[in-house]
Parts: sequence; structure tokens; C-alpha cells
Amino acid sequence: MKTLAFSGRLAGAIDCDVHNAVPSVKVLYPYLSEYWQDFMAEAGHPSLEPNYYPVNSAIAARPEARGAGGPPGADPDALISLVLDQTGAKRAILNCLYGVQALYNEYWAGAMATAVNDWLADQWLDRDPRLSASIIVAPQNPAAAVEEIERRAADSRFVQVLLPARTQMPLGRRYYWPIYEAAARHKLPVCIHAGGGGGGNPPTPVGWPTYYVEEYLAVAQGFQGQLVSLLAEGVFAKVPDLKVVFAESGFTWLPSLLWRLDKNWKGLRREVPWVDRLPSEIIREHLKITLQPLDEPDELRRLVETIDHIQSDQVLLFSSDYPHWQFDEEGPLPMALSPEAERNLLFANAERTYRFHA
Amino acid sequence: MLDHVTERPARAARTKARQPFIDCDIHNYIQSDAVLMRYLDPHWHNHHRTYGHRSNPALTFHGAPYPRLAGVGKRKDAAPPSGLTAGADFDFFRQQHLDALPIEYGILNCLSRVGDQLNSDYDAALARAMNDWQSAEWLAADERLLGSIMVPYEDGDLAAEEIRRMAADKRCAQVLLKPRTREPLGRKRYWKIYEAAEANDLPIAVHFGGYSQNPITSSGWSSFYFEDHTNMPQTFQAHLISLVCEGVFERFPRLRIICVEGGFAWLPSLMWRMDKHLKRLADEVPHVTRRPSDLVREHIRFTTQPMEEAPNPQHILQVIEHFETDEMLMFATDYPHWDYDNPDRVLEKLPEALRRKIFVENARKFYGLEPRAA
Repeated sequence: MKTLAFSGRLAGAIDCDVHNAVPSVKVLYPYLSEYWQDFMAEAGHPSLEPNYYPVNSAIAARPEARGAGGPPGADPDALISLVLDQTGAKRAILNCLYGVQALYNEYWAGAMATAVNDWLADQWLDRDPRLSASIIVAPQNPAAAVEEIERRAADSRFVQVLLPARTQMPLGRRYYWPIYEAAARHKLPVCIHAGGGGGGNPPTPVGWPTYYVEEYLAVAQGFQGQLVSLLAEGVFAKVPDLKVVFAESGFTWLPSLLWRLDKNWKGLRREVPWVDRLPSEIIREHLKITLQPLDEPDELRRLVETIDHIQSDQVLLFSSDYPHWQFDEEGPLPMALSPEAERNLLFANAERTYRFHA
Repeated sequence: MLDHVTERPARAARTKARQPFIDCDIHNYIQSDAVLMRYLDPHWHNHHRTYGHRSNPALTFHGAPYPRLAGVGKRKDAAPPSGLTAGADFDFFRQQHLDALPIEYGILNCLSRVGDQLNSDYDAALARAMNDWQSAEWLAADERLLGSIMVPYEDGDLAAEEIRRMAADKRCAQVLLKPRTREPLGRKRYWKIYEAAEANDLPIAVHFGGYSQNPITSSGWSSFYFEDHTNMPQTFQAHLISLVCEGVFERFPRLRIICVEGGFAWLPSLMWRMDKHLKRLADEVPHVTRRPSDLVREHIRFTTQPMEEAPNPQHILQVIEHFETDEMLMFATDYPHWDYDNPDRVLEKLPEALRRKIFVENARKFYGLEPRAA
């Protein structure tokens, strides 16, 4: 069976996008108030397992991640063994994709975010010092999200704030700024990960597609819209220390977007006067993107050229996207990179981005 | 204003020394509502005057809700002395653009309110009026010009009817859609359009713009025109995904699509992404029988303007190489819009053979046009 271990190439890597799963909503009850326990019992114990990955589809889990019982990623021992022990990676960041951000009830969403974070700290982070995690927040209620960031900031095992790629409004809007200010105050990057409910907005700019694969492909378009919004609304001018990490966005679309942004900025910049220099410069300064899923061409020379078009080897962060099935025997890491680019990708860029605990 | 116009021949002289080119995106505009009324079925006159255009934005100004900051979206020097809007004065257009540059053929993409209307019957009446006006006042006036058939594309039956009506006019080179549709273009509601287009050997041009119920990002509406314009390629990307995944090219094997003014440097990335994920998730779309990138290379073309301009021109050449075909691109100026690409100023670093492909040969082949004697 194919596994994540690839003949030592990943030794010392920092895996910036790994998904652990909530095995059952009931594991969160000890971290919920009586009110919410009662609310959920009345509602028949609704699970917030999202449909971002149809559970039986090939992409939802690598073959080796499908164990007996529980969703893929629910067993800490299996995850630690596959992602860290067998690869030699030195650290993994857990992005727990539970559908908190897709709820319409912002109070419930806030309570669930807090419960997931408590559960992460108890059941995962206490288990292995190589694990770090993202702070789950409910962007439906920015004030509560800020409170949650403040609550976790002292626990250095939480290394960033997690937001979904599909939100009710574009993420550059002023409504979300308190989240960015709180994150930057604590030197926490904001990681925007594929998923979220989008407040009911269709997943493509032309409405609802028929097939799941279309929706999956459309994730790359959604991220482009979020990046344009963050830039155009002046988030990076307002919060100059903010770092943004895109996870599971793909990145081969980035150069063409930077070129279009730069050209349009020259013609239209008086509409957005706070964007006071070339968009590509601002974005290269603030944005990181995780590696997998890597939309690579057959011929790796073309991938290397595309990475070169970003004009920085400090943008990409290594990720396996475990347990999602994004690569086969070729492994998660493209073979064609220079030793220095590979070093930056595997761990050096992550060490510049995050403040990891000892 | 006229100073700018008289400057033109100096620039154009350099182009004249080069080969003729085909301009795949020129915008003509109707002179006035009074002229429209001469072509609109009298049955619709009262409706047009009383209720007029109804589409998604609650505001009625041009470009609502994103005002075009750049001279109402048009080159300032393209405003004709007659006082008509830029692109509406045929004689001035011919002098400033068609005669000043060595244009072998020019494809007109008339951006009207056709296609945007919530009332499909009114939309169809507008389409008939606009197409008849274009044939009479533009296509008949200069044999270098070819037209695009405007259709009420949200209603497949009415759109197909208009395609069949206009197909008899051989000066119409393609069918015109705008990408801000109600649904992704692979959905079956649009298949009647493809059936009629294929039967009449007309390509489908999808041109930047339109109004929509769907926000341009998957997280809602952008605040600024800067964003709306920058994000527009994503509508084209979504349509390509939909056309491939719905099996449109298996069902209509001779259908051809041209993406106009949506950029092109993003295409290799999208082809790689589709190839990769459709392989893993092939069991959901068993009707897709070929590799997405092969379908794209066979059925889809792009115009160049507005070119993504990389700071290192070598990078654009690499992107063009990543298409794995030199037939993907066709040159366009977008006259008279603000983001016009000057044929002397863009794509300067191309090897000559590729330049000829992009500036003239690809469009001749795509539209079946004979070279014109110089």
C-alpha cells in the first residue's frame, strides 16, 4: 500500500496542513455548556461533519488513512505514525475541518469553536509535542472570534487562526478586521483553508455547478477572490504585520493573478488609494501558500517555471494534506526543485512564518 | 481631443511596416435610443419606454454597481467630435482604428443590454433589433468587419431561434455571450444554443461582462470595480470547468468557444488542475471521455487583451509554451475601451513565427477567413 513515507525526502519537514477529525460530536460535549448540550440533544446530536469531501470518494482519504471505525484522521496514533514517524517530518499543524464556520447560528458556532479548541488541546496537543494546531473561530461573529483568539494566545501550541475560504462576505471587508488585528497582536498568521459555507453564496461566480468535482476545482477561484479582496480593501495596509496562509488553495494560479492585479492597479488605483504600491509586492510580503494539492503538469520543468514566476522562493509551505488523497507514488514533494528551494519549502519558510513552541 | 487623434498615424506608421493583423475584439455601440426604436418591433416600444431594462443591479447607470473610473470605461481620445459615445460614430471609428492600423478583419462584439434582461421575450426583441441594426449600419458599411450575433442567452429556445435567423448573414462570424450568466455554461439550459451554433458552424464568443444574480466571488460581492475587473477571469475559469465536466464537447464535437477579454495566463494552471482532479474523481463524470486539457486545446481559444503583463516578458513566453499549442491565442485590441492593447506595444518580444500565428494566422483559421490582398 502507498504511504506517506517517501525514502527520507521529508526528514525534518514541517507539514503545514494535516487534518484530524472529530470522531463524533459527542466527544465535544464535555467542553460545552449545559445549555448547548441540551440544545444538541434536543436536535438529535447533529454532527458538523462537513461535505467538503464526500466520505466515500477517492479524494477524501488516502488508502492507508482508511482504518476500522471512525472517519479518516480521527485516530491520533495512526495520524502521528503516518504523518510524523514514518516520514521523519519534525512537526505537523492540525487544521481540524469541522463545519463550525458553515452554521448560521453565530452563538452556536462560537460555542462549538471553543469546544473544538479545548478538545484539540486535551486530546491531540497533549499527546505529542510535534503537533501544533490552528485556533478554530467562528467568523460569523468577529467579536467572539477575537475573544477566542485571546483565550488561546498564551498556549503556544496554537500557531495560527483558521478561517474558511468561503465566507458570508469577502474576507477583506472591514467586518473581519478585528480578527486580523487580534491575530497580528499575538503574532499568529491567519490561515484561510478550503471550505466554509459561504453564507449561501454559490461556489462559482456563475452559480451552482452540477458535480462535486466542479465544486472542488472551483476552490481555486474562491481563493483568488479572497486574495483580491484582502488586497483591495487595504487589510495589509491596516494590519501591516499580518501574515496570511492559504491552505489547499493550489498556487499555480498565483502568477497570472499577480500580473493582472499589477496591470489593473496601474489603471484603477485611485479607487483603492490605500493600495500604495504594486499589488504583487504587497502579496509576496504577506502571503504563504501550502503545497498540496499541487496542480502539477506532466512535465515538471513547467512547474518549476511557474514557481519561478512568483518571483520568490519564500511563499510556499510544505503540506501533505493528510488524509486527503492528493498524490501517489511520486510523493508530495516535486522532484525538480533546487536544494535551496526544497529547504525553504520543507521547513525554512514555515520557521519564518510561525512561532513554534519548543 | 483632436490632437490625440492626429497623433495616431505616427504610431500606426510603424505598424503598417509590419504584417496586417486581425482584431478579434472591437466594440461598436448604437447611437441612441431613437435609432434603436427604428429597429425594435413596435409591439415592444411601449414596454421599452415604460419599463425598460430590468436586470440584477438596482441601479441603472452604466457599469452599475461598479462605475468605470477610467473615462466611463473608454479611451478619452476615442470620443468622436460628433458628440456620440466612443464606438458609436462609424466614420470616426473607421478613421481612427480601421484605416489607421493594418487591420485585415475586425470582429465586432457589440456590448448591449441583450442577455441581461429578466424578461426573456423583451430580451429576444432587443436582440433582433440590435442584430438588424448592426447588419445594416456596420457590417454593410465595410467589408473588413464581421459581427457577433447577440442572443437572449438565458432562454435557450429563444437564443437558438435568433442564431438560426441570423446565420443566413454570412458576415456574422460568431454568437456572443457574456460570462456573468445565471448558471455555469455547461448546464443543459444552454445546450440549445450550442446545438444551433454547431449546426451553423458558428463559434461561441464569451466576452467579459454582463450582469448577474451571482456574486463574483464564492464569498459574496466585491466592493470595487478594481476587484470586479480583476476577478472576471474566474467566471471564464468556472465556465471552462463546467463545459468540460458536463460533457458538452462529447455531445457537440464540433463546438468551438472563444474566451474574449478574460485573460489567458491562468489557463495552464487550470488545465493541470482539471487533469489532476478529474483523474481522481473520474467516477463522478463518466461521460467525460477525454483528458480536459486535450478538450480545451481542441475546442477553446483566447483573445489576448488585456494581456497579463509579467515584469519579465520571458515569463509570458513560458506561459504560452505551457499551452502546448501555438494556436490558442488570437490578438485583440478592445477598441475603444480604457484597457485597450496597442498592437505596437504588447507582445513585442515574440518570435516572429509565433507573432504571425497570434496576430493573424490563428484567427484566419478559426474563422475560416481568406488572407486579404494588401
